[in-house]
Amino acid sequence: MMPKEGTWEPDLQPPRVAQRAAALAYLLFGHAGTSHADYAINLPPPATGIARQIYDLHTLILWICAAILIVVFVPMVIALVRHRRSAGHVAHRFHDNLRLEILWTAVPVLILVGMAYPATKTVIEMKDWSASDMTIKIVGRQWKWEYEYVDDDLRFISTLSTPRSEIDNVSAKNPNYLLEVDRPLVIPTGAKIKLILTASDVIHAWWIPAFGVKQDAVPGFIRETWFRVDEPGTYRGQCAELCGVGHGFMPIVVEAVSPERFESWKTEQRSQMAALKEASAREYTMAELVGHGEKVYAANCAVCHQANGAGVPPAFPPLDGSKLVAGPAGDHLNRVFNGRSGTAMQAFGPQLSDFDIAAVVTFERNSWSNRIGDVVQPAQVAALRKQH
Amino acid sequence: MHAATLDDTGQHEEHPYGLMRWVTTTNHKDIGTLYLWFSFLMFLAAGSMAMLIRMELFQPGLQLVQPALFNQLTTMHGLLMIFGAIMPAFVGFANWQVPLMIGAPDMAFPRLNNWSFWLLPAAATLLIASLFVPGGAVAGGWTLYPPLFIQGGIAYDMAILAMHILGLSSIMGAINIITTILNMRAPGMTMMKMPMFVWTWLITAYLLVAVMPVLACAITMLLTDRHFGTHFFDAAGGGDPVLFQHVFWFFGHPEVYIMILPAFGIVSTIIPTFSRKPLFGYVSMVIAVASIAILSFIVWAHHMFSTGMPVGGQLFFMYSTMLIAVPTGVKVFNWLATLWRGSISFETPMLFSLAVVCLFTLGGFSGLVLGLVPVDIQLQDTYYVVAHFHYVLFSGAAMSIMAGVYYWLPKWTGHMYDETVAKWHFWLTTIAFNVTFFPMHFLGLAGMPRRIPDYAMQFEGFNRIASTGAFVLGLSQLLFLYCVVKCIRGGAAAGDRPWDGADSLEWTLSSPPPYHSFGVPPLVR
Repeated sequence: MMPKEGTWEPDLQPPRVAQRAAALAYLLFGHAGTSHADYAINLPPPATGIARQIYDLHTLILWICAAILIVVFVPMVIALVRHRRSAGHVAHRFHDNLRLEILWTAVPVLILVGMAYPATKTVIEMKDWSASDMTIKIVGRQWKWEYEYVDDDLRFISTLSTPRSEIDNVSAKNPNYLLEVDRPLVIPTGAKIKLILTASDVIHAWWIPAFGVKQDAVPGFIRETWFRVDEPGTYRGQCAELCGVGHGFMPIVVEAVSPERFESWKTEQRSQMAALKEASAREYTMAELVGHGEKVYAANCAVCHQANGAGVPPAFPPLDGSKLVAGPAGDHLNRVFNGRSGTAMQAFGPQLSDFDIAAVVTFERNSWSNRIGDVVQPAQVAALRKQH
Repeated sequence: MHAATLDDTGQHEEHPYGLMRWVTTTNHKDIGTLYLWFSFLMFLAAGSMAMLIRMELFQPGLQLVQPALFNQLTTMHGLLMIFGAIMPAFVGFANWQVPLMIGAPDMAFPRLNNWSFWLLPAAATLLIASLFVPGGAVAGGWTLYPPLFIQGGIAYDMAILAMHILGLSSIMGAINIITTILNMRAPGMTMMKMPMFVWTWLITAYLLVAVMPVLACAITMLLTDRHFGTHFFDAAGGGDPVLFQHVFWFFGHPEVYIMILPAFGIVSTIIPTFSRKPLFGYVSMVIAVASIAILSFIVWAHHMFSTGMPVGGQLFFMYSTMLIAVPTGVKVFNWLATLWRGSISFETPMLFSLAVVCLFTLGGFSGLVLGLVPVDIQLQDTYYVVAHFHYVLFSGAAMSIMAGVYYWLPKWTGHMYDETVAKWHFWLTTIAFNVTFFPMHFLGLAGMPRRIPDYAMQFEGFNRIASTGAFVLGLSQLLFLYCVVKCIRGGAAAGDRPWDGADSLEWTLSSPPPYHSFGVPPLVR
């Protein structure tokens, strides 16, 4: 997969003082209202049957609460107004009334049973992912989503596509700011889609509000959920479980298209994957590898190891002047391919193509103050892949 | 060393002066004062962090705080508010008030009491110092979920140690309170004659003894996973990250009631005083508090509905959670019936208590909404949850602490506080609180996740309102500080019983009470 230009890299370094002062001035004086701010006060319009049930259940509960509120607050306001000492009211020192106390214990129980009934029905339906039409496997990674169409041998990674300049308030923000990705999940309308979720590093949560689906992706375990969308359209959501520095920057975009368009989209994706495979089948010069590696590094590595290779020790070690990088190319490649368990270092083998991995390793060995001078070719990565 | 001089009640007023008075004190009043000042300091520190968070969230984009620091601020805000501000404040009240209200001369274990307090500054120093170590402070949220928590640097170990120390302090404090209440009540004060505040603290103390060791287990397992090769929470070694959440919330949910039951106790003391009527249903209030405490042990997984539980598990925890609404409702109805046909006046402690009843009820409603699994799936980890727990913990716990401070300040200092300043503090706090947190319900419903340093454009409007409210809320707490300091330094003499509706034992003493009170136990009929 080719990394896109303008992919966001979280910058862990504090911004310069001048930039911060400018931001403060902007915050205090310079802010004219934007046209995008709206004041939605309810759940988003439901796009699935489950989301509709949740919406209605929430509305029902809200009305019940409003009714109880009146029952509690009207007598309270009456007491506060009429039974004031300043109005000359004298206290009636009564207490305890068994009948009243039984009443205000029993009535809430009945109300709760009334609430529990519709909620139980929805819970049971939410958990029924049998008879699904297709299965999509979702892997949460710091800080991107990987989608795999299990029945179609189709797999890709989806990352935030909002440019860094918008996040830093350098350029104007677009309406889908932070809710846009390079490659959305595409699904056919009308199909019951079963999701199986897991994570590769920490816990993430896959959430589309309009679907009424929120499911944690737990590393080492498989979780299941499902949805069915009837209206074609673009649906947006975000990771809902705190997963580190990039938590606010791993959105989810689902495009629901007609079954016909879905089929043609799949064909298109397959030919793209074939082209990628071809790119991994030949040899490259160092300049080609370093050039491509720089882009791969920016999209995948700079989040932690920083654009200048300095890292953020101790959590994210520097690559500039690193012993591992200066050592044999095989060890370096192995670390990138397999990651390092117990740390934030992911295994990039399953995520990137042979060409990408060869390029990024070559880039790291020949950038900043690193001058190792050797290259890693895609064929070496392919050989490593074969061992697994 | 001063020679002890005895006054006509056989009590001596002598104690060391200066710093050594506070370091070596075993006096429940001094230790109560220490606890309360410590918690106020932590309240300001954690509150400042919240204001930084709200400043960053004033508008979309990254302006002042980068994501790494943002996560540290949200985490530290939570840890310091819960373990540094709210819990020690209530222990401060227990120290001052439990002996005075049951007619005991002091706490059962005065030296342990001193040690319980002086552990706190050590733990707080560790936590705050962790902001300045390489890699920064803990940033995985106050809930410390692995595997994210396993990734961090040395600050994470400092936080674990700090929480062990805080837990130790809480357990010793709780044992002290239980022993005092069970053994040192004045003759004639049977259990069912104890003031409501004492009852709520007795039950809270049992909760503390039951669950603080569970937290200690959870964080010790984190520590060994980090450094000693265990895999309790690592699937690669046969562990399960979700196991941590179960253990943590088995502590965490009773912890919520640890922070709210003493608040109920304070409100149940103040409302009868200013209604000039006895509490409507004393027995049913005791039963309600005990029921809430027992139920708190079987609802923990409602914090985890989106982790993916079997349907039976989700239904069980949904039903048990909904059940909590019943005893909570009983409490609200009882306060209401206490107000009814009273002779109500609106001094600052009463205003705060009434605000607690109203706003806590709203927090209870949003809790009910969150208790329903399908709706929770939609709202879990959104700003709706942030709104919910601030309605119970700020307008429930923190505002009842303020109510309690204004209520007992005349007794503690011998002076009346400045009613005008106090009322300004009340109104600014209550209004700014609602401006800050009410819009967060809408943000959560509209789909804004919590714990994000930057957000999509459609959330801008309410975020700006919330941030504006937060600045006012934070700054108005300086009025509280001013009012308390002014009251300590002077003011109109309070007299033994400044509130004509108050009838518990502390009001039979002078204001301020002698350094050692109830050397001879009073007789309760």
